[in-house]
Amino acid sequence: MFDQAESFVTADGRTIGAVMMEMKNITLRFGGVVAIKDISFDVREGEIRAIIGPNGAGKSSMLNVISGFYHPQEGEVWYKGARRPEMKPFEVARQGIARTFQNIALFEGMSVLDNVMTGRLNHMKSGILSQAIWYGKAEREETENREVVERVIDFLEIQHIRKTPVSRLPYGLKKRVELARALAADPKILLLDEPMAGMNVEEKEDMSRFILDVNDEFGTTIVLIEHDMGVVMDLSDRVVVMDYGKKIGDGPPDEVRNNQAVIDAYLGVAHD
Amino acid sequence: MFPDQFLFGVEVLLNGLMAGVLYALVALGFVLIFKASGIFNYAQGVMALFAALTLVGIMDGQVPFSHLINAIFGTDVHHFGWHVPAFASILLAMAVMVGLAWMVQHFIFRHLVGQEPIILFMATIGLAYFMEGFGDMMWGSDIKKLDVGIPQGGSFWIEEATAFLGGSNFYGFFIDQLDIVAAVVAIILVVLLVAFAQYTKQGRAMRAVADDHQAALSVGISLSFIWVLVWSLAGFVALVAGIMWGAKSGVQFSLSLIALKALPVLMLGGFTSIPGAIVGGLIVGVGEKLFEFLIGAPFLGGATENWFAYMLALVFLVFRPQGLFGEKIIERV
Repeated sequence: MFDQAESFVTADGRTIGAVMMEMKNITLRFGGVVAIKDISFDVREGEIRAIIGPNGAGKSSMLNVISGFYHPQEGEVWYKGARRPEMKPFEVARQGIARTFQNIALFEGMSVLDNVMTGRLNHMKSGILSQAIWYGKAEREETENREVVERVIDFLEIQHIRKTPVSRLPYGLKKRVELARALAADPKILLLDEPMAGMNVEEKEDMSRFILDVNDEFGTTIVLIEHDMGVVMDLSDRVVVMDYGKKIGDGPPDEVRNNQAVIDAYLGVAHD
Repeated sequence: MFPDQFLFGVEVLLNGLMAGVLYALVALGFVLIFKASGIFNYAQGVMALFAALTLVGIMDGQVPFSHLINAIFGTDVHHFGWHVPAFASILLAMAVMVGLAWMVQHFIFRHLVGQEPIILFMATIGLAYFMEGFGDMMWGSDIKKLDVGIPQGGSFWIEEATAFLGGSNFYGFFIDQLDIVAAVVAIILVVLLVAFAQYTKQGRAMRAVADDHQAALSVGISLSFIWVLVWSLAGFVALVAGIMWGAKSGVQFSLSLIALKALPVLMLGGFTSIPGAIVGGLIVGVGEKLFEFLIGAPFLGGATENWFAYMLALVFLVFRPQGLFGEKIIERV
């Protein structure tokens, strides 16, 4: 499909950078169940990469492999030109890979502001003792990071709920707060697990706009999962299609849309 | 002029408040660990004992494991022969508690992640007995005097200042200076803990872990680091409680039994609330003293302090199982 060129321009005129992350022959099993079977694909700098497929195709498992929650039995993850050793999720996060969850994993008891602030934890380097006595560097850091967080909050238009405890927010706003927390980490790659699941049409449009804006404004590379084909086709630069743990398509939206295997998977054809 | 009986009641109430502060200190340690890791740490009382034993041992220049060393090598060593100043000893004892926190996380709870709460609870019972035996082996089982320079005995200042309230038979309120120090220290400790949790990076990470493990991992928080931190904080609280109780009644193994009094305190205050631990401690302290004074001693033959707290907790459990400040338990259908 594409060669390994440093960068190229897509059909709609967007410039996409070099390969940033590469999944090589990933296989993931839970006992006897094969969730992911020998899948390879790459993620390029600055693109919006979608992984789609029907329910149970293994999309979320794939995202969990990238973010270190699952460890594949076979295959390798390459990040920034080097093979990534097996890592815990918090180590992956510290490498600049932030994520959201399908079922929303926010700190329900904390305010929106505090939630988004947790996204900055890895940018705060002062030691535990200076933190404990709130001295010099610790105080400066808090102020600096607070500024970043306020920018993110403005950007995602959630200023009005800054001090509200997350548990009181409606579903759509919670999704947006989770995106804000991930974004506050200033990630190299942003992983979004069904960012539009359970939303109404208006909320979906809002979320699509935010995803595009994030990509535009900050140049953040985004990997997102959706099972709603329509949404994905409009958003993404390149699409991986999964079905029953296997990759059945990979390419620009238009190419994938006309792929016979993809059409079969979505419309339902008897599997052998 | 107030009647003597009333003034005596007030004195009982004040002393109850002071005793309650000490209960609250132990309960605080429970709450810290329970909030962050869901572990009900039965060993909290033993941690206070162990901390106090270590502190005395360091201050007196005791040779650790001297019985063991003497039995194996036929030597007769007991003391190094030096005395460490109180402040330096407290710092060293704290370092030991941090080391203990690391070992507890590394050798026990790291292997039990995701287990049922009852299994974690059983592990802490094992830990409690291990630490009791280990402390015994390390420092000996005799009752030790702990003197870190906290003033003791009734406060003459308060007695003189309040003597005018009653008649010629009233000499002013008797309040132990140690209790006053304990109360002040406990208040400072709580303010510091709340500020730490609320306004610092590690505090925020601690609250994040307490709230949602998965989300905490996704923003790059190391769970095991936070757990060591929380056990260290609980160790610090245990050290403070150990110093106060130890100074009051000597460092002895019955110290670990105070932990049980912290249980009714937690039932009242709720297992997840730091202010709850304080208020619960005060209610139990005041309640048991006043109950003894008003009802226990005149009508029930006394000694009601032993069981009053548990009865109170039982009544509370029936009407408000989540405690005064605990998170309400709602099961959504």
